[in-house]
Amino acid sequence: MAFEGLSDRLQDVFRKLRGKGKITEDDVKIAMREVRLALLEADVNFKVVKDFISRVSERAVGQEVLQSLTPGQQIVKIVYDEMALLMGGAESKLNLTSRTPVVFMAVGLQGAGKTTTVAKLGKNLIKQGRRPVLVACDVYRPAAIKQLQVLGEQTGIPVFAMGQGNPVDIAKASIEYARSNNRDIVILDTAGRLHINEELMDELKNVKAAVNPDEILLIVDAMTGQDAVNVAENFNKDLTLTGVILTKLDGDTRGGAALSVKAVTGCPIKMVGMGEKLDALEVFYPERMASRILGMGDVLSLVEKAQANFDEKKAKEMERKIRQQEFTLEDFLEQMQQVRSMGPLQDLLGMIPGLGKQLKGMQGEFDEKEIIWVEAIIQSMTREERRNPALINGSRKKRIAKGSGTRVQDVNRLLKQFEESRKLMKQFADMGHKKGKKGGMGPLKFPF
Amino acid sequence: MAFFDRLRRKKQDTKIQPVEELVCEESLLEEAIVPAVDLSGPEETICEPVDAMASEPFDEDSMSGQDEADEEDDQQVEGKKGFFSRLKLGLTKTRKNIGEKITNLVKSNRKLDDEFWEELEEILIEADVGVNTSLELVKSVRDNARRQKMNESSQVMALIQEEVRKLLDSSGDLSLRSADDKLTVILVVGVNGAGKTTSIAKMAYRFKNYDQKVIIAAADTFRAAAIDQLQIWADRVGVELIKHQEGSDPGAVVYDAINAARARKADILIIDTAGRLQNKNNLMKEISKIRKVIEKEIPGAPHEVLLVLDACTGQNAISQARLFEEATGVTGIILTKLDGTAKGGIVLAIARELEMPVKLVGIGEKMNDLRDFDPAAFAAALFDEEE
Ligand SMILES: Nc1nc2c(ncn2[C@@H]2O[C@H](COP(=O)(O)OP(=O)(O)O)[C@@H](O)[C@H]2O)c(=O)[nH]1
Ligand SMILES: [Mg+2]
Repeated sequence: MAFEGLSDRLQDVFRKLRGKGKITEDDVKIAMREVRLALLEADVNFKVVKDFISRVSERAVGQEVLQSLTPGQQIVKIVYDEMALLMGGAESKLNLTSRTPVVFMAVGLQGAGKTTTVAKLGKNLIKQGRRPVLVACDVYRPAAIKQLQVLGEQTGIPVFAMGQGNPVDIAKASIEYARSNNRDIVILDTAGRLHINEELMDELKNVKAAVNPDEILLIVDAMTGQDAVNVAENFNKDLTLTGVILTKLDGDTRGGAALSVKAVTGCPIKMVGMGEKLDALEVFYPERMASRILGMGDVLSLVEKAQANFDEKKAKEMERKIRQQEFTLEDFLEQMQQVRSMGPLQDLLGMIPGLGKQLKGMQGEFDEKEIIWVEAIIQSMTREERRNPALINGSRKKRIAKGSGTRVQDVNRLLKQFEESRKLMKQFADMGHKKGKKGGMGPLKFPF
Repeated sequence: MAFFDRLRRKKQDTKIQPVEELVCEESLLEEAIVPAVDLSGPEETICEPVDAMASEPFDEDSMSGQDEADEEDDQQVEGKKGFFSRLKLGLTKTRKNIGEKITNLVKSNRKLDDEFWEELEEILIEADVGVNTSLELVKSVRDNARRQKMNESSQVMALIQEEVRKLLDSSGDLSLRSADDKLTVILVVGVNGAGKTTSIAKMAYRFKNYDQKVIIAAADTFRAAAIDQLQIWADRVGVELIKHQEGSDPGAVVYDAINAARARKADILIIDTAGRLQNKNNLMKEISKIRKVIEKEIPGAPHEVLLVLDACTGQNAISQARLFEEATGVTGIILTKLDGTAKGGIVLAIARELEMPVKLVGIGEKMNDLRDFDPAAFAAALFDEEE
């Protein structure tokens, strides 16, 4: 998962800090050095790292922080705040103005993923009830037009093309096309170009002048290194970008480009590409991403996913059970089944605070197939046993193993896992409860 | 085969010794430098300082390592310009805005103080060399400089470039391998958008200019219009393309292409593959399978498995190199898009960690924009900024 490497590094740093009752300026310095290295290794731009570290350090060595009861927590909080700020705070929506047609333009380096992203955007907008047209302004790359046409066919979105004509003329004509064909949003796919190629940058300026786009979106490969800021700065200088779309975030990149680009251009990251499939485009939530990177888990995304798949009343009941430690193996099984209906388990687990990191060691134990034997084991238990696992002694274990076609070790492992999750869940539930009281997120409904 | 021989280079044995831990990270972190442990290895690995290497204009032809044949394309608009000058030219003046600091470091005769070493580290990190490799390189150069009692920054710049060059040179044979008297098979792999298809067109064009009969296989059957893209290039270059329908089995394309190449007595078969992110297990398995098809058909093949790497890529390139290596047995790298402002410094980290040599570089979108990799020119360009 993207950002994972960075996340691991930072969480190590924070664990050390949290473990300390008293924190000195030197401790902060050491921690900040490690944060700095972690960010650099994640490809966050050098200058951005410098600024970031100096801002965090300044706040962290303040009297109130170091002399507070939980200095470690406070520092983590500062890093989180600054990180969320760096990534752009709250999410920003695409600018769907009332004008007809709305005009979007995708720009970027060669190979960033513009054409695919344009098709994904189109698909996304259709879901929102819009009527997009994709426009082939990449008149240079061999078969770029064809590529867009194929994608248009796959998504059922019309594609406007005029061969290898002048992109400015094509863009202009596409607006006319949209008007007379009842399309309410025009998405321009432009050719990849280097930010230092003045001739081609001028071409984009001319397209912009001709059609005055509502969104000029820079498409950035999430694997980009230090150069991301040069690219973003130059595109922004020439075109005044309105937003950024990060692509290939389904890779294992540490994703520093994401943090840098916002910092240098001030342009929000609006969407992220999460796969080659044409519906793999998601809204980007900077705060959630920051908390995920810092190992606080993407609680909000998880809750949203859960809500979409979950019965409100049951969830409330479950939350109560978790908090009161009444959570049984029966519930465990039910939750597991519910979770399974929500999507790949790994993705979900990664969003849970603290689990992202632990997940590595658990990978073998937690794959989808194993849910099946978990099911088998629990189903071989009596009702009593499911409600009160303490009952399960040696001979009962043997019986359960036999009944489920597993071994006694497997039964033991499951019971241990259950005990651990029960503890973990209690922690989350309490945490969510506290935050809820502050009026932040409302009570958390964990589906397990 | 003249073409391959020409490229052959002597493998260097000298190499920066690996440093276990980040012993030398202090200078980066604005703290006093610890008196260094000697990590630079035996005396004979120390290179002679090359005077003024950093400030003198380079002999373009010797730096570019290119041949006349490359220049005979009618698309050529730049005139006779080598790899290095194209890099330096950087297309426009806009590039000048970026990183003027570096020029100062090279040109002014600076005192070799902590600040100087830090800046050197920064330059490397900003070129995507990566923290560990950057710190290590600077540390080793710093030790050398101290031992040689250097006190001029220009000498040090020459020294560090030499160190970089050696590292790149020692990561393996920089020339392309070929089959003796038989069909040479080149498999091209990489992530999405790295420049695989374009690089294949460039290679085909180049081989063709060396009177090699080239056949291309369109085994990217996944991406929309990838086959059309390759067909257009094949037509431009004037080589035959073996293709199936979009969505068909890439293994079958490869199988057919090998048989076609044999039947037509081709010298070189280049195989394009779909871009894939290295953490997608199923797609990596697919590409291993493609390799196996080739192996099975022709013992000893593929003769080259080239990983195409975008020079813009940051530290993720290490993961790319490692996982593609595991899946396909990568023999070398094509570093593309060096005509941008990215320096491609990540190949240093790859050379150090995986000993995977860079063999070719892409410096533009035209078919003659392919060059042999020249470690010395690359090292110079890492530290060079516009005049
Ligand atoms: N500026 C520049 N662009 C390149 C270079 N190599 C490839 N490209 C461009 O990068 C984009 C993606 O290349 P392509 O060959 O389709 O990548 P693939 O997906 O790996 O096959 C295209 O627009 C190419 O023209 C290069 O060396 N320099
Ligand atoms: Mg391709």
